[in-house]
Amino acid sequence: MNSNLKWKAVFIVAIIVICIFGLVGIPNTPTSLSAMKSNFSDRIKLGLDLQGGTHLILQVQVQEAVSQEADQVLDHLKTQFQDKAIRYDELRKLSDTQILVHNIAPEQAGAARNLVSDQFPDWDITPAPGEASGYLLTMKPSRISNIRQQTMDQAEETIRRRIDALGLTEPLVAPYGQGDNEIIVELPGEGDPNRAKSVIQAGGQLELHLVLDSTPYSSEAAAMAAHGGVLPPNSQLVQGKSSAASSSQPSAESWYVVDRVPVVTGRDLRSATAVRSTKNIGFYDVDFTLSTEAGRRFGPFTEQNIGKELGIVLEHRLQTAPVINGRIDDTGVIEGQFGEQEANDLALVLRSGALPASIKYLEERTVGPSLGADSIRHGVRASIVSLLVVMVFMLVYYRLSGANAVLALILNLVILLAALAYFGAVLTLPGIAGVILTIGMGVDSNVLIFERIREELRASKAPVSAVDLGFKRAFLTIIDTHVTTVVSALFLGLFGTGPVRGFAITLVIGLLANLFTSVYVSRVIFDWHLARMPREAELSI
Amino acid sequence: MEFFKQVDLDWMGKAKYFFALSLALLVIGCVSWIAKGGLYYGIDFKGGTLVYVRFAGTPPVDQLRGGLVKEGLGESVIQPISDIATRNSNEVMIGLEQKGQGSEALDAGKTAILNALHATLGSGEVGKQDFNAAGPAAISDVLIRKDPLSLGSAAADRYAQLARQLVAFRDKDSRGIVTSLDNLSSAGASAAVIAALRAAFYTSNFAITNVEIVGPKVGSELRRQAVLVTLYALGGMLVYIAFRFEWVYGAAAVLAVFHDVLITLGLFSIFHFEISLTVIAALLTLVGYSMNDTIVIFDRIRENMRLMRREPFHAIVNRSINQTLSRTILTSGLTFLTVMVLFLMGGQVLRAFSFALVIGIMVGTYSSFGIAAPLVVAWNHWKGQGATAAVTGTRSRQ
Repeated sequence: MNSNLKWKAVFIVAIIVICIFGLVGIPNTPTSLSAMKSNFSDRIKLGLDLQGGTHLILQVQVQEAVSQEADQVLDHLKTQFQDKAIRYDELRKLSDTQILVHNIAPEQAGAARNLVSDQFPDWDITPAPGEASGYLLTMKPSRISNIRQQTMDQAEETIRRRIDALGLTEPLVAPYGQGDNEIIVELPGEGDPNRAKSVIQAGGQLELHLVLDSTPYSSEAAAMAAHGGVLPPNSQLVQGKSSAASSSQPSAESWYVVDRVPVVTGRDLRSATAVRSTKNIGFYDVDFTLSTEAGRRFGPFTEQNIGKELGIVLEHRLQTAPVINGRIDDTGVIEGQFGEQEANDLALVLRSGALPASIKYLEERTVGPSLGADSIRHGVRASIVSLLVVMVFMLVYYRLSGANAVLALILNLVILLAALAYFGAVLTLPGIAGVILTIGMGVDSNVLIFERIREELRASKAPVSAVDLGFKRAFLTIIDTHVTTVVSALFLGLFGTGPVRGFAITLVIGLLANLFTSVYVSRVIFDWHLARMPREAELSI
Repeated sequence: MEFFKQVDLDWMGKAKYFFALSLALLVIGCVSWIAKGGLYYGIDFKGGTLVYVRFAGTPPVDQLRGGLVKEGLGESVIQPISDIATRNSNEVMIGLEQKGQGSEALDAGKTAILNALHATLGSGEVGKQDFNAAGPAAISDVLIRKDPLSLGSAAADRYAQLARQLVAFRDKDSRGIVTSLDNLSSAGASAAVIAALRAAFYTSNFAITNVEIVGPKVGSELRRQAVLVTLYALGGMLVYIAFRFEWVYGAAAVLAVFHDVLITLGLFSIFHFEISLTVIAALLTLVGYSMNDTIVIFDRIRENMRLMRREPFHAIVNRSINQTLSRTILTSGLTFLTVMVLFLMGGQVLRAFSFALVIGIMVGTYSSFGIAAPLVVAWNHWKGQGATAAVTGTRSRQ
């Protein structure tokens, strides 16, 4: 054996060792067959379709956050104009990104413009079309995309915290798709998505408002009528369950007039826990603690308002309105007649903070574990059967050279699985199909080469030069065929998600491994065989 | 062993029959396509709700339909899933098209289907859970609360372990359905454990194996993307082949592959297979695969043009196809065998996927000599270059 061949053989053996180590050797050096087996199943990650679980795609309504920003700016503008004594007829929101000011006094137009460019650098001010002294404020596109990005990041982070707190194994929360407002949530092994969904969807907006009118109203109209059709300045109406509601009349709804600005919001919370209710036996309450900074505000506030009611508003709904009996610095309780899990989930949602915008579901897929087990069984069986069919055929048709192809094929599969393990790629059901397709397409290169060698032998070339020419001539064809298939698989990987991407990944890795095994490894085996063979002997092909 | 020693067939002489055959296949596909009012899209592309249910025995389809009608789901579809490998899979798929918009509408369909299932087929034991729908956490919760083995403080881990064991028995050994809690004794549950479970669970003779809900907006967006990605892939290949050969080879190869996709879609329409995301993956694989066959022949044509400068172009093409025929048949045959195995044994999830590949490999192999090569010959003939071969494509390499 010449030394060149020897080094090639060493290289191949090294690759094999690395691959096998990747499959059964990490994370712990195995000491027994079962340890190897468990390492193997640790290393090959299964997709949701194989191990069962839930997959959700959510859409964050980012436009809401943009709209909220416009609302806040509108409020600020009003106070700023008031401070600077700028007169105008009307300020109103035209769309989520536009605010219209009607009729600014002409001599103050300059001051108004300066104010906007000084105080609201994210807004452009232009004369409103069709109005002599009206102005249009438009949010800058950079600010809009900024808000969208922030909203998405915050939503993803909040959802991740909430999902993590559910204590499921290896959940995934990640941005999804080409659109910039979708998030994917994957919960392996979770057959029932309902709890996760309700936890995700809870807005988690907690606000504490001072209740202005001591008695709640039975309808919105009644509340308005009590104030002569116009609510007092800086107040708002909030709907909630009547505090007088008894078990016989649980659905009674009430309307409360509360302070517009909350004293404390969910952002000021330091912790929240579910506790057994002391008032409603059998139910649960949620205790919360405020941050020190919020406590400093809350203490004086409660002291000033002793005897008044404090509305605890969750998700724009008033839960309870306890009377302030004395100074409270940093604790409170939400009494909502919750069940145990309900209270736990609410505490969790409060702890993880509010969602910056609401969430819509676009897609939900749940794969039961029994279907996953079935799919694995079917996939593995189909792989083994097709592997056997191909191997038997190659051995019968190409005899000893067929054995060469079979070796290359097995090595191809070992490299494919090891690459999946090393890259931490996920094996999905279509991924298994990709493996099977690799088996079928993998022998294509061998067939191309072998047929070429046979042609050269028919043209009465000596075995050594026939093998050499066969490999050389088939090589370009093999490159061309592999490149085109990889091109289509790459597009598939870019476009596809989940199972489809899994398929594209296995196919691409399989094809690349195939280039190595059927061209390089196969050639080395041929050369080794030819070197040992007597010069006059025929090649078994 | 060798199947094809010396083949000498006049493929190009039969080109008009190939074109006629392809045209016929395309027309048949189109007719079915139009007659059925478009392709049969899965919920991936259409939006809707699918619930797969597995039964212990023969699915009570009529009873189930009655239950669905009662829930106001008269328009839902119940489709038995039969598997060739496991003859009686006893599974049905309940499908419901998406009607309303928004999250509530998405959930409503699923909830209604589950209600109908439990109302018609459940045990009706109030306050108990269906054991076949329970997760390991729910089971271990019950066990910890009842503590049938009197384990005391160390109970949590032990019961969690036991619950996992019982769930594994249900899902792996009993195909997801435990018809009686007594069966759990073979999974290592003692009589006390079974009694404790009986107080909290009932067993039904069905299990929900799979739920898919897709909103309508996602569906139409995906459909657009699927078409786009197929076109991009074809474009990428066109560029590559034009770069390696001549642009006319690229165009012929892409046309041939496009023809394969259309014929496969036509057959999907005729056999009423559903177009899902994985089918798109299969179609793209078929695009790559069919391209392989074409390139092998084109490569040989390019090589032979240097060796046979005096021969007419169609003779070179014939010769090239004959020389590569053995490889073409062998490879296609082997790949066909593997996808056939997948089709027969791959289980219900991969059925449509492997069907696309089974059809695609046959059509793709045929189109490489029946469509792609004749197209190049026809082009050369039309350009008046039929007599002597133009070898511009080979200048880049020797």
